[in-house]
Amino acid sequence: MATAVRTLIHVPRPVRQGDIVEIRATIAHVMETGHRPDAEGRRVPRDIVTRFECQLDGTLVFAADVYPAVAANPYFAFDLRAERSGTLVFTWEGDRGFQHRETAAFAVT
Amino acid sequence: MRRGGRAAAAALALLGALAACVAGSAPASHTANGADTRRSGFEDMSRALQALQRDETQNPGMLWVQEGEALWARRAGDGRSCAGCHGAEAARVANASARYPVFDVETRRPLTLAGRIDRCRQRHLGLPGQGPDGDEVLALSAWLAQRARGLPIEAADDARLEPWRARGESLWRRRMGQLDLACGLCHDERAGEKLGGAVIPQGHPAGYPTYRLEWQTLGSLQRRIRGCIVGVRAEPFAPDADESLALEVWLQRRAAGMRIEGVAVRP
Amino acid sequence: MTLRRRTLVLAGGAGLVLRVRPAHGALAPALDEAIRAWAGTAAAPRTGRVRLEIAPLVENGNAVPISVKVDSPMSTADHVREIAVFTERNPQLDVARFQLGPVNGRAEVATRIRLAASQNVVALARLSDGSVWQHTVDVLVTLAACIEG
Repeated sequence: MATAVRTLIHVPRPVRQGDIVEIRATIAHVMETGHRPDAEGRRVPRDIVTRFECQLDGTLVFAADVYPAVAANPYFAFDLRAERSGTLVFTWEGDRGFQHRETAAFAVT
Repeated sequence: MRRGGRAAAAALALLGALAACVAGSAPASHTANGADTRRSGFEDMSRALQALQRDETQNPGMLWVQEGEALWARRAGDGRSCAGCHGAEAARVANASARYPVFDVETRRPLTLAGRIDRCRQRHLGLPGQGPDGDEVLALSAWLAQRARGLPIEAADDARLEPWRARGESLWRRRMGQLDLACGLCHDERAGEKLGGAVIPQGHPAGYPTYRLEWQTLGSLQRRIRGCIVGVRAEPFAPDADESLALEVWLQRRAAGMRIEGVAVRP
Repeated sequence: MTLRRRTLVLAGGAGLVLRVRPAHGALAPALDEAIRAWAGTAAAPRTGRVRLEIAPLVENGNAVPISVKVDSPMSTADHVREIAVFTERNPQLDVARFQLGPVNGRAEVATRIRLAASQNVVALARLSDGSVWQHTVDVLVTLAACIEG
């Protein structure tokens, strides 16, 4: 039974136009580096998130190329200037076809 | 000095040292004038990790807390849910993390919160058992811990738990494993000192389940105890073994009055 | 050139290990190469404008909080395009690369990284005018007290 991918997303509110706010996003992911040996001494294959993107109404506002040195349950925080309300879309991609998408409202007054 | 005399002196010195080790010291929880010397492992961490624990938008344990909140309300096959009996947002059991372990009349043994969650889910929701580190049991434990944040750990005055507390204390003071160490030797007598560059904590249960950086995931108190015992190269106890339950009862008593931290972050 | 010494005391008193590290600023050649390849400029990255915030002493290398802040107006004319983080002694030198633009308002990113050993960590910023700036921090990573199976 597949378990749903867990994420923790923080978009501050209220947000006034012109404010610069910090967006925070965490996703549950083992981020297996590919360097670790298993109990039998064999290398556990790499399994990581490789790319994180945030779009606001279709425009890319932040992106990260991610390597194995990013810790498990990868966390990213970045700033965003509040210009107008919209929908934030967060996407993660990774090894073994990993893909996940979350949306959050960005309410600007 | 004659040879025989020197040997006798050496033997006496050795016996004295052994006696001092085996006798053990009283729990160093209060000084002679009554000041509480207990401290959470939180205080031994760097500011960066303290900030990480405090911030609910960054604490990785919140991934489980969030999941636990959803699981609480989720209906099982026959429509029942935790919330159905225990109240939405655990209103009726908000202090559960501070109260457990309790004495269970059914099994005549202590019952930990994780054990209670696991049993409830099996019995009332028809879900399979998971153990304390099962994903959903962990998530629910995490959520309940966060709900109880700030509450003092209760003293568990139940007389029926006293033999378990005593057994737990005796295990705590007993040397074990190839390294021949007792829990108390590090966590009572040498707490605050360094072992391999890391500060030795007093080892209180107030922050469990904990996101331990060493595990890169959330884990239960049972998992930590098992890790410690393996660390001294002894055979670990099963989670539902008498010894495991006794240790949890002892740890709760030892930490009585300290505040529940919610999901902690620890190295 | 001054040498900085680090001593690592092994638990159980097994012995002293003396490690001599190069002076601050002289990075391992492979790291230097990786940075140059990313920077893509003929000139070496300049020190300044970038601040890498990371604890100098880390209790566990599995998850080390870091933030990178770049002094920049983040205007259309003058902004940070990319922030890159490298490590000197991890199995792989790259850690992450972040793409930014004026819409961010501030050039600040935060994440948690893994450090396999005590080492230099380098954060770089590529600006819209093509210049590249860097900040290097030497981080000491301690071991967990009890090694579990």
